[in-house]
Amino acid sequence: MATETGIGASVKRKEDARFITGAGRYTDDLNAPGQTWAVFARSPHARAKLGGIDTGAALATDGVVAVFVGADLKADGIGDLPCGWMVKSKDGSDMVQPPHPPLAVERVNYVGEPYAVVIGETLDAARNGAEAVQADFEELPPVVDVASAAGAEQIHDAVPNNQCYDWELGDQAATDAAFEKAHHVTRLDIVNNRLIPNAIEPRAALGEYDAAAGTYTLHTTSQNPHLERLVLAAFVQVAPEAKLRVISPDVGGGFGSKIFVYAEETAVIWAAGKLRRPVKWRADRSESFLADAHGRDHATHAELALTEDGEFLGLRVQTKANMGAYLSTFASSVPTYLYGTLLAGQYKTPAIHVQVQSLFTNTAPVDAYRGAGRPEATYVVERLVETAAREIGMDPADLRRRNFIQPGDFPYETPVALTYDTGDYDASLDKALAHADYAGFAERRAESEARGKKRGIGFSCYIEACGLAPSQVALSLGAGVGLFEVGEVRVDVTGSVTVTTGSHSHGQSHETTFAQIISDKLGVPFENVTVLHGDTGRSDYALGTYGSRSLAVGGSALVKASDKIIAKGKKIAAHMLEANEDQMAFEDGAFRVVDSNQSLTFAEVAFAAYVPSNYPLEELEPGLSEKAFYDPPNFTYPAGAHICEVEVDPETGVVRIDQFVAVDDFGQIVNPMIVEGQVHGGLAQGIGQALLEHGVYDESGQLLSGSYMDYTMPRADDLPNFLVDTTTTPCTHNPLGVKGCGEAGAIGSTAAVMNAVTDALGVASVPMPATPETVWRTLREG
Amino acid sequence: MYAFDYHKPASLQEASDLMASADDGAYLAGGMTLIPTLKQRLAAPSDVVDLAGIAGLAGVTVDGDVVKVGGMTRHADVAACEALPALADLAGRIGDAHVRNRGTIGGSVANSDPAADYPAAVVALAAEVHTNKRTIAGDAFFTGLFETALQEGEIVTAVDFRVPDAAAYAKFPNPASRYATVGVLVARYGDAVRVGVTGAGPCAFRATALEEALSAEFAPGAVDALAIDHSDFNTDLHASAEYRGHLLGVLAKRAVEGCSG
Repeated sequence: MATETGIGASVKRKEDARFITGAGRYTDDLNAPGQTWAVFARSPHARAKLGGIDTGAALATDGVVAVFVGADLKADGIGDLPCGWMVKSKDGSDMVQPPHPPLAVERVNYVGEPYAVVIGETLDAARNGAEAVQADFEELPPVVDVASAAGAEQIHDAVPNNQCYDWELGDQAATDAAFEKAHHVTRLDIVNNRLIPNAIEPRAALGEYDAAAGTYTLHTTSQNPHLERLVLAAFVQVAPEAKLRVISPDVGGGFGSKIFVYAEETAVIWAAGKLRRPVKWRADRSESFLADAHGRDHATHAELALTEDGEFLGLRVQTKANMGAYLSTFASSVPTYLYGTLLAGQYKTPAIHVQVQSLFTNTAPVDAYRGAGRPEATYVVERLVETAAREIGMDPADLRRRNFIQPGDFPYETPVALTYDTGDYDASLDKALAHADYAGFAERRAESEARGKKRGIGFSCYIEACGLAPSQVALSLGAGVGLFEVGEVRVDVTGSVTVTTGSHSHGQSHETTFAQIISDKLGVPFENVTVLHGDTGRSDYALGTYGSRSLAVGGSALVKASDKIIAKGKKIAAHMLEANEDQMAFEDGAFRVVDSNQSLTFAEVAFAAYVPSNYPLEELEPGLSEKAFYDPPNFTYPAGAHICEVEVDPETGVVRIDQFVAVDDFGQIVNPMIVEGQVHGGLAQGIGQALLEHGVYDESGQLLSGSYMDYTMPRADDLPNFLVDTTTTPCTHNPLGVKGCGEAGAIGSTAAVMNAVTDALGVASVPMPATPETVWRTLREG
Repeated sequence: MYAFDYHKPASLQEASDLMASADDGAYLAGGMTLIPTLKQRLAAPSDVVDLAGIAGLAGVTVDGDVVKVGGMTRHADVAACEALPALADLAGRIGDAHVRNRGTIGGSVANSDPAADYPAAVVALAAEVHTNKRTIAGDAFFTGLFETALQEGEIVTAVDFRVPDAAAYAKFPNPASRYATVGVLVARYGDAVRVGVTGAGPCAFRATALEEALSAEFAPGAVDALAIDHSDFNTDLHASAEYRGHLLGVLAKRAVEGCSG
C-alpha cells in the first residue's frame, strides 16, 4: 500500500519530538530509590603487576558504602568476560583467549583498565573513595604498536608472541600463480588508523536487585540487551537468565561500541545484588575515551596483480590486526569474517588470499566500530585499485568498469566465501560520475592550480555484507550465537497495533520505519502503530542491532509476523462473510471476498478476534497476535560508488573537501529521509577517519588523544554539502528487498577521500588521517 | 569537583580581601578554563571568588585611538565592536558561540594559555593591561606558560588597545580544540609594525624578526625569505615545532595580506 506513511515515504520521525525537547529517557535519566553510585579505580599504567590493593582509606571515606576488587568478584563466582566468536588459526588451532576478568587481578594491561569499584552514597563520595584506593603497581614495559607486537614482550602468560590467531582465507597457491603471470603488480603498505567511537551518550548502567523476587534488572546502554543478558547469565554467571531482565531504554548512539558486554555493567549488576541496593554508573567522557572498545587499527601489506590491459588476476593481503589488551565480545570476528570475506569488493578478481595475524597490545580492546572490518577491506581494495589505475595509466573509473561483476553474473560466488545475490555496479558508478561532473574535473583542477591550490579526485566502489547473518553460516565459522531476529505483531482489540522487536534503536528510528512497514502491510494508520524494543522482558530472545541488520533481519521478522496476521485474519473474515478462505483477499486494509463487494475492515476483524461471538472457535484460537523468527538465508550486499573531490592548500597542508557524491544501492528503501540521514552520519565518520580522527597512544601506552582537545571529531564545518543518491537492485532473499544502510557511509567514503588526497598530491600514499602537518610533510618530503 | 567556598563580592576591594584571606583561592571570571578544570578535579581551590557581581568591569568604550575593553567583557561583545575590526575578528573566532557568550578577556589574558587568541592582540595592539593595582604594558604581560606579570590576588580590570592604521589576525586553529595552533596578529602603526604571535611558543610574544622585515617593507613577500627560529616552539599531537615555525611564516604573510583587504 503506497501511502504518505507507508513503505517508501519520508515520514518524519516519531522519536524526534521527545529527543528534541529533552524528553528522551536515557539510562542516566533513571534513578531508583536508595540508589548508590559506582566509580571505578582505573590503571594509570599500560602494563604493570598489580600487587596489593589497600582499600582501607577508600572505605573510610565519607559516604563510601563498599569497595570491591577483582578477588571479591572471583570469590563470588563471577566469571571472565568472554569473546563470542571462536576463530581458528590456519593450522587448525583455536585462537588464544587470555582471561579477561571484569576487574583486573594480578596484572593490568591498559591505561584505564578497572581494578576496583567504589560504591558511594553519592557520585562525589564514590569519586573521593576511588581516589583513595591504593594499589601497588610494578610497572612493566608495554607493547603499544601492532606492527611490532609479535616480537615484543609477552603480555599474557598463555599467549606466546602476543598472537591471538594467524588466520587465512582463500586459495594461496592459485593466488601465487596469478601473481606469477601478472603483467603488473601494485603494492601498498596501508595503516588503518585507530578510531575511538564517541557515541553522544556515554555508556551507563543502573543495576537493581529485588530481594523479594530474587530478580535482577539492569538498565544499560546496550545495542543488544538479550545478548547482554545471555552473557551475564551464562558466562559471567551473575544470575540465571530468567532472573535477569536487561533493558536498554533510549540510547544515544552506539556505532558498535555498545554491542559489547563490558566490565562496568557487570560489576554494577553484581554489586546491586551484593549490597541489595541499586547501583548506578555513568561514564564520563574521559572514561569513554579510555575504556570503550576502539575501532580499526590494522597494518596491512597488499598487492594486486593485473594483466597488461588492466584485468585483475589476483589479490594478496597480509594484515596485522590490533586486538588491544583483551578480546572484546566480538573482536575476533572483525578482522577475519567481516574483513577477509569482503576483499573481492565489486570485482571479478579470480584469486584472493588473505592472511591476518591478530595481536595483543597494551591498549584498550579493539572491536567492531561502524562498518567493522568492511571499511578496512574497502580501504585496502579501493586504495589498491586507484593506485593500480594510476600506475598503468588507465582512468580509475574505466579500470573499475573493466573488472566489475556484471548484472548477469549474479548470484556471484567470490573467492573469499561469499555469494553476492544481486547488484549493478556500473549503474551506481555512472550515476555518481554524472553527479560529480567527472568530465569537468580537468577544468576545475586547472582553476585550482591557477590559485596555487592542488585538486584531486578519488573513487571508492565499495561493497559490504550486511543483514548479519545466516545463523548456520555464522555458527559454522565460529560464532557463539545464532543471528536471527524476532518480531511480534500484537493487534489490539480496537485494531491498533503494538509491535515488539528484538532489534534495538539507538538512533536508527525503528519506531518510525517499523511502524511504516506495519502500516503498509496491515493498512493500519501509521499513528496507530507503537513499536517497543530494547527490553528482554518484552520480546523473545533476539540479537539486537549492529551490522546494518535491523531492517533486513528485524524488519523481515515483522513482515513474517504480519503475514501470519493476514492469514489468520482471512480465516476470520471468511467465516464472518460466509466465504471460503481461498476466496479472501487482503488489500488496502480490508479483507474482501474476491469478485464481490463484501469486505470487512482490519479493525472489524480484530474486534471479532477478541470478542468472538461470530467466530469459528472450534477451529481457530481467539486473538490476533503473531510472532515470527526470521533467519536470513544470506547476507545482504549493499554497494555503491563514492566520489570525493578535494582541494589542498600546499602552504599549510589543509585538505578541504569540495564535493562528495555518494550513490548507494540499499535495495528497497522504507524511509528515504532516514536513509539519507544514515548516509550523512556514515560519511561524516568515514571522512573523519580519513582526515581528522586518530586514537594515539604514546610509547608508554598513555592515550594522548583522550579528550576533545586532542581527538578530532568531525564537525559540520569540516564537511561539504553531501550529494546523496541511490540506485536500486532489490535484495533477492528477504521479503522487503532491503539491504541495510547504516554503515555504508563509513565503509565507502574513507578510501574515496584518501584517493582524492593522493591524487591531489601526486603521490602513491599519504598516512591516514591526512592531517595538515602530514600532508605538508608529504609534499615537502615526497 | 571538590568542595569549595563560593563568594560573589560586589567590589574589587572586597574581592581582593577575600582572596587574601583564602587558603588557596581562585578568581572566577567567565569560567571557561576554571570550571572544566574543577569538574575534572584537576584543581582544588579552597575558595572561588566570582567577579561577576562587580559593577563596571564589562563593556567596550572608545576614546580617541584607544579601545578600552573591561576585564569582564564577553568575547561576543568584543566580536561585535566595530572600532577595531581585527580585534573583533579575533574575538569572533574564539571557541564556539557558547564560549564567546561566557568567556571574558580578563580571564583569558590572566590565564596565559599558550594557545589562547587574545594574547596575540595584547602584545600586537600596543595594549596596556589595567589591574586593580597598576598598569602593565601588553608586551610585558605574558611571562611564560600559564604565567603572567600579575601578582598574587591581582585582578585584570581592563585592557586598552591602541587602534592601528591597519591590522589583521590570521589563525590556524587546532582541528580538535579550535584553539590557535598558531595565531598571528599583524598591526601597522605608521611605519612601525608589531607582530603578536600565540600558539607557537610557551606564551604569546612579539616576533621581532618579522616586525623588522615588515617595518622595512610592509608586503606579504617581505616575510618569504625569513628563516623562523622554531627551536623553543611547542610540539604536540597536531603540530610539531617545525610545522608551527612554517605556519608562522604563512600566517604572517596572510595577515599582511589581510591588512590591505
